Amino acid sequence: MTYSPLTTYTLRLGDTCLVLAQRLTAWCGHAPELEIDLALANIGLDLLGQARNFLSYAAELQGAEFDEDKLAFGRDEREYRNVLLAEQPNGDFADTLMRQYLLDAWHVVLFERLALSRDAQLAAIAAKAIKEVRYHLRFSRGWLVRLGNGTEFSQQKMQHSLNKLWRFSGEMFEADELEIELAQLGIAVDPRTLRTTWEEEVFGTLLAATLVKPQEAQYRTGGKQGLHTEHLGPLLADMQYLQRAYPNQQW
Amino acid sequence: MSKVHWPLYEVFIRSKQGLSHRHVGSLHAADEQMALENARDAYTRRSEGCSIWVVKASEIIASQSEERGAFFDPAETKIYRHPTFYTIPDGIEHM
Repeated sequence: MTYSPLTTYTLRLGDTCLVLAQRLTAWCGHAPELEIDLALANIGLDLLGQARNFLSYAAELQGAEFDEDKLAFGRDEREYRNVLLAEQPNGDFADTLMRQYLLDAWHVVLFERLALSRDAQLAAIAAKAIKEVRYHLRFSRGWLVRLGNGTEFSQQKMQHSLNKLWRFSGEMFEADELEIELAQLGIAVDPRTLRTTWEEEVFGTLLAATLVKPQEAQYRTGGKQGLHTEHLGPLLADMQYLQRAYPNQQW
Repeated sequence: MSKVHWPLYEVFIRSKQGLSHRHVGSLHAADEQMALENARDAYTRRSEGCSIWVVKASEIIASQSEERGAFFDPAETKIYRHPTFYTIPDGIEHM
């Protein structure tokens, strides 16, 4: 399946929201506390809504025979365009939280800029999403600082999660030709220009949480080109089970 | 995680049309900020309100039910304490 540059860009944004939402749903009924359970479900639903907006637009760009469901349930991992960070396993609460925080901080700066896009639909989706992701960031930042300053054990766990996930953070600021071209047209946000603002937020919070920024600079990339870690395949097999077993089933 | 460090908070919400905060329920949280966030997630997702108060349950002093008689009954027989002799003009809301 070939997609236009704009469709591909829209899919990258939508797939990241969708995959992260799918990850968060797995916490349902399993979170450490009742209140956290509700919070994670809420964040997951926000992201699912954002994913639907992006995927509906991508389907519209793609043509008549497409819709959001076909895109969500009819593509395999090589066609998924999410950043690798989003597909990482939930692990424990610290892992989930760290993944969430790094992505929330990115989503906030990304959507603030995307809301100024020359593409009216992308701008509208981003403008709606910005309120939600600001709240997500407030939640995940608060927990990061809380657990970083918690017990020795909670601080260790947070540091461990940070060290584990840091190598996936570089991809969010990597631009390929497609994004550079769309950015020059004023449609996309050049991801390289987001890094400074993101680092200000993240480094400040890590300091407040008594966590040490990992020195590792070996970033893992490829998600936006459809080259994923070993974790996305099983996630999609789970998510797409019904459509794979009963193609085009409707209800 | 143990609930030892998660005290109980009572939640009060003022709805969009409301004049005052109403008690809507309670929740556990580790600190005030988390209590506000939890309250928002648990009690205002269907745009029930525009203002949230959270108060540590330990801060609330309640009247005792065994003192109910002394507290509330004396007013029952004193009709001059009840504003029942006034008519309210049309167009006055929230009374």
